[in-house]
Amino acid sequence: MRVALFVTCVNDTLSPRTGQAVVRLLERLGVEVEFPQAQSCCGQPQFNTGYRHETEPLVRRFDAAFADYEYVVTPSGSCAAMVRDNYPRIGAKAAAEGRGQALAEAAGRAVPKTYELTEFLVDVLGVTDVGAWFPYAVTYHPTCHGLRLLGLGERPRRLLERVKGLELRELPGAQECCGFGGTFAVKNAAVSAAMGADKAHAIESTGAGAVCAVDSSCLLHIGGTLARRGSSVRPVHIAEILAATEEEPYA
Amino acid sequence: MSGTSGTYLGMPAFPAAARDAVRNETLRGNLRHATHTIRDKRAKAVAELDDWARLRAAGRDVKERTLRHLDHYLVQLEESVTAAGGTVHWAADAGEANRIVTGLVKRTGRSEVVKVKSMATQEIGLNEALEAEGIRAYETDLAELIVQLGDDRPSHILVPAIHRNRGEIRDIFRAEMGSWGRAAPAGLSDDPAELAEAARVHLREKFLRAEVGISGANFMVAETGTLVVVESEGNGRMCLTLPETLISVVGIEKVVPTWRDLEVFLQTLPRSSTAERMNPYTSMWTGTTDSDGPRAFHLVLLDNGRTDTLADEVGRQALRCIRCSACLNVCPVYERAGGHAYGSVYPGPIGAILSPQLRGIASEVDASLPYASSLCGACYDVCPVAIDIPEVLVHLRERVVEGGEVTRNGERVTIKPAKGHRGERAVMRAARWALDHPGALRAGQRLASRTRRIHPKRLPGPGRAWSDTRALPEVPAESFRHWWQRTRGGAR
Ligand code: SF4
Repeated sequence: MRVALFVTCVNDTLSPRTGQAVVRLLERLGVEVEFPQAQSCCGQPQFNTGYRHETEPLVRRFDAAFADYEYVVTPSGSCAAMVRDNYPRIGAKAAAEGRGQALAEAAGRAVPKTYELTEFLVDVLGVTDVGAWFPYAVTYHPTCHGLRLLGLGERPRRLLERVKGLELRELPGAQECCGFGGTFAVKNAAVSAAMGADKAHAIESTGAGAVCAVDSSCLLHIGGTLARRGSSVRPVHIAEILAATEEEPYA
Repeated sequence: MSGTSGTYLGMPAFPAAARDAVRNETLRGNLRHATHTIRDKRAKAVAELDDWARLRAAGRDVKERTLRHLDHYLVQLEESVTAAGGTVHWAADAGEANRIVTGLVKRTGRSEVVKVKSMATQEIGLNEALEAEGIRAYETDLAELIVQLGDDRPSHILVPAIHRNRGEIRDIFRAEMGSWGRAAPAGLSDDPAELAEAARVHLREKFLRAEVGISGANFMVAETGTLVVVESEGNGRMCLTLPETLISVVGIEKVVPTWRDLEVFLQTLPRSSTAERMNPYTSMWTGTTDSDGPRAFHLVLLDNGRTDTLADEVGRQALRCIRCSACLNVCPVYERAGGHAYGSVYPGPIGAILSPQLRGIASEVDASLPYASSLCGACYDVCPVAIDIPEVLVHLRERVVEGGEVTRNGERVTIKPAKGHRGERAVMRAARWALDHPGALRAGQRLASRTRRIHPKRLPGPGRAWSDTRALPEVPAESFRHWWQRTRGGAR
């Protein structure tokens, strides 16, 4: 099977380890991974801040960059949700503004082929035991877009439960937002920081050595908050846990 | 004129008000305790019903269909109410509604009214309008009474005094009850039962003396002309039955077509709001009835921005709201910012999408409300009429930054973007260009990687909003793109 990796701009620029982990993981599972160079950002930050029109070229770019692929896999719950929930809206609004069906058609092509990583593993590949080894206590934060928009449900947890050596610790108030919210983190910095502090406190209370999630942007906020508090808990993307093995351990 | 109540004029923008609230430890504690308790109870009450998803979809559909034919159902309602002995008044805005109600009270020759808790009358600032004409309005809902006695503003739809704890309530009762009527008993403690008893005794003399009652309504049935008030305390029942004259001020979106439609909402509303299977008091009345209840009944149908909101295809879903307050209780932003920061009688997620539509985005606070959310989606999940609040928030953000066509007072007008977004707009345009030119993006990444050793740990200016409480991410030595090219070379 051949898939395109949509790495996302945040991972590309700030967390390349996440993208590398996805490549290693999928290749280990026998999937051929390609990285179309024409890809860019899904447009989520612009769209969610109110700049829908600035997002339109990125919808077209996404469609063109992944035109040759049946599956697009992305290690980001919120970017997958952006494509699935908002690309059709962007297309419909452009059509309603009298600018034709082209964007709606691009969205229509993008939506069915785009999978968040854990969806792709569980639903398409049909695996929950990916042969990973991660001998640490970990707590899992279900990010809002993964939890409520994509409806990832138990998928990440089922994958984590099969990781050898991993001890999964329950996160109190797991379903509560960490307070990142894209530009919310700076536009409403005080509330965002208060939410982040409560999340960090909950994470620390589990005694886990790492907190994992399906989204690097939430992890940047959570990790940044933990670091500023002097906490030793590490933010780790779920892809890095699933990619780690005894032969090639997490470093 | 807009529906802005005088109380809220000059409110600071949401982030500034929220910053102060976040620092207030007592407030944070009160809100956290209250919202988490009711949040958990609601989840249990809803989980009891295996057809919840269908009830929610039915509630959404009934409201959608009604809104689509609102003109029809309102005319039908007017006919039914009139046929049942009531009088219907139409108020285009807050000013008109206040003039109508004030005129009606004056005609009775009375200078006191008792009030059932009502969002619509708060929205129009009725108490202040009555006071200006020498008429005193007594709030009879316990939490509303606490707000009124404390000369405070409501901070929650259902529990307006949610920001107060028991000790604060005792102090307010002791200090203020005397000047409004019967004083609090000596030695009043902060025991909830004692506080409730003090309120009961204080209010009873008001009920018995009152000749005019003022209410809102949760629902109005077009088919029969029946109004419905759903409550927990029984004060509403007193206000609706004891006075000679009853005046109800109700938003036009509260109409439902048939009696049978109540079947859905009388299940979803109590479970969503108080987590009760059924609320203790449901009062229904149809016009007037000889020798039973009020002799005169007036219904004031309030528009105040609702028809304009209805004209917006995405935003109109806000009019489905049945004011259950589940979205407030589950909202992590509301929990920390408190209700007052929203600068309106409608706080929380629903307020963030309703106020900028009913009042427009001309004021600083209204333009900031669509951003008062991390878009976590918890509100949409719990909403019993499935209002996609995050979708509307993003839609309104676009209105704030881009301006565009809106309906105001029935006219299509083009509004300018709100102030203060020029810099952001420039950044977004630049980002659009860079992100659509991966070559430029690559160059930028390379530059960032080369200079990573000299990146600061804290940012100056607006960047402080991030770096004051969060460490900055370290820019890696190599972007993913570069790693791929280096290791996979020619492959795509
Ligand atoms: S928006 Fe929905 S959840 Fe919020 S108060 Fe209205 S009906 Fe309840």
